[in-house]
Amino acid sequence: MHGVITIAATEIRIGLRNRWIILSSLILLAFALILVLLGSAPGGEVKTDAVTVVVASLSTLSVYLVPLIALLLSFDAIAGEIDRGTLQLVLASPVSRGSVLVGKFLGHVAVLAIAVSFGYGIAGLVAFFANGGGEAVALIGVGRLIASSTILGATFIAIGYIASASVRQTGTAAALAIAIWLFAVVLYDLALLGGLLASQDGFFARTVFPWLLVFNPADAFRLYNMSAIDALAVGSNLGGAGSALPLSGLASMLSPVAWTAIGLGLSTFILKRVRP
Amino acid sequence: MTEIVKARNVSMKFKAVEALTDVSLDVSPGEQVALLGHNGAGKTTLFRLILGFIKPTAGSISIAGFAPGSDAARRVVSYLPEQVAFPKMLTGREVVRFYARLKGAAREDVQAVLDKVELVEAADRRVDTFSKGMRQRLGLAQALVGNPRLLLLDEPTSGLDPLSRQHFYELIADVSRRGCSVLLSSHGLSELEAKTDRVAILRKGRLVADGPLAELQHQADLPIRIRVRAAAGAVGSVHAEIGGGRINCASVELYCARGDKMRILSKISGLGTQVEDVDVASPTLDEVYRYFSNNGIEQIQRGEIQCTA
Ligand SMILES: Nc1ncnc2c1ncn2[C@@H]1O[C@H](COP(=O)(O)OP(=O)(O)OP(=O)(O)O)[C@@H](O)[C@H]1O
Ligand SMILES: [Mg+2]
Repeated sequence: MHGVITIAATEIRIGLRNRWIILSSLILLAFALILVLLGSAPGGEVKTDAVTVVVASLSTLSVYLVPLIALLLSFDAIAGEIDRGTLQLVLASPVSRGSVLVGKFLGHVAVLAIAVSFGYGIAGLVAFFANGGGEAVALIGVGRLIASSTILGATFIAIGYIASASVRQTGTAAALAIAIWLFAVVLYDLALLGGLLASQDGFFARTVFPWLLVFNPADAFRLYNMSAIDALAVGSNLGGAGSALPLSGLASMLSPVAWTAIGLGLSTFILKRVRP
Repeated sequence: MTEIVKARNVSMKFKAVEALTDVSLDVSPGEQVALLGHNGAGKTTLFRLILGFIKPTAGSISIAGFAPGSDAARRVVSYLPEQVAFPKMLTGREVVRFYARLKGAAREDVQAVLDKVELVEAADRRVDTFSKGMRQRLGLAQALVGNPRLLLLDEPTSGLDPLSRQHFYELIADVSRRGCSVLLSSHGLSELEAKTDRVAILRKGRLVADGPLAELQHQADLPIRIRVRAAAGAVGSVHAEIGGGRINCASVELYCARGDKMRILSKISGLGTQVEDVDVASPTLDEVYRYFSNNGIEQIQRGEIQCTA
């Protein structure tokens, strides 16, 4: 336990001192502010829902950016420490390998949570006040987006550890992380779309597709946020496949949570076999 | 007294490479042992075995009676790897504090070890501003923290200037006086400056020597070099009298076994005024090391010089 806290605290310290992390939260903020400005452009008519619309666009942004930031945070975790020789020192001390990974995980999730809260929090407040206040419930939507983005990030941090523990070179781990990102948030959806187009009888669309959709943590995240926004009755067509889904609403977040557990379990398993 | 390190007939094979073959080595509490060997002799491999990072393909190792890599064993050992790059973003103090916490060491220990390695002034600067020697000392500080019972130091003096090196050996002497065993690796005997209790030499994964330095010198029984400078014009007769080889037009050089030294010296003094000066050189530490490292194959070179004067 002692080791877990020490390692987590050090990761947070390094993450915050690393300009790269500050940069990533600024990137989030910049994208978010652009969306806020675009969202409030029409003016007048959508006043009460302005924040909600912004949250909807931000959740789409999250699907791409948050996994990327998460993977960039985590790909170096094990491979980099092997490269630099510090893993030997950590493993020579009386800390279990499981604690090393959990400590890093908590630290990295905290760093990501800070970046996301900073970026989206400011953007949400700007949207809120730029539209002359409005219902405070809209701000809950921002909070929900920050929380669910952090969970999505945690998932890809854990998956990134699998990549990081499987190879000995940081460069290879980085390439693997980018490949994971490309597959999970771009190629996977394209493949699903292709499947939908090809499946004429509708079996794929009705039976397989919904499961494949929640199987991917990034898509499950999107579903959750869309259904939450649906509940507020903005553009009811946003969450398209909503009705036929095996997991709906908050339950769709079970997918990223399960993937987080799988990621941590598998990377611990691999780390236990690493010979530093 | 139980040994801190007890390695029995340890062999380690990496696929085709036989990194260690049948190595047995003990380290007692408070003892300083230097592990010498050429590049690739197997020094780092032995350290990794002691740390439990890898398992020997044959033989057994115990650390203070515990299995290498077990929690109990890891509480005993501290390690300084050959190469380590600490996080650039952290300060020296933060680095030491990090490892102190992992080892469950007391808070005051951090300041104490920084003081010992003379890094107090630089401690609050970021590691990326440190010089090579400072980084090496920082590595030593993290190894010293938490009062380990065994220090494993892989080439700890590489990159240290002569003064820091001397300071390093004083520090090692100090911790071993307080009962901490030290096993350190190095590339040569001369680097060691005869500072450790015992010397173990690895050659191609085999332990070829293990004992106090004086004993190794005795065991190698390398010839002693005697160089005689003859008076003007007498070099020929000196050479004829004592043998050996002429190294220039005024000097004769010969090698003799330790047992013959006094006999030859008295013969030289018998030559009276024909001899201007005598120089006697015992084998250097490097020569002793080379002897074990090459298994005595190497012949000591001597050249015959034709005198044309
Ligand atoms: N993981 C490994 N896989 C294959 N061979 C290895 C591995 N680790 C070490 N070796 C081999 O084992 C031998 C001993 O290596 P080791 O690193 O112990 O040498 P060393 O004495 O520390 O050398 P140096 O003075 O250069 O540090 C070398 O031939 C090396 O190539
Ligand atoms: Mg080595």
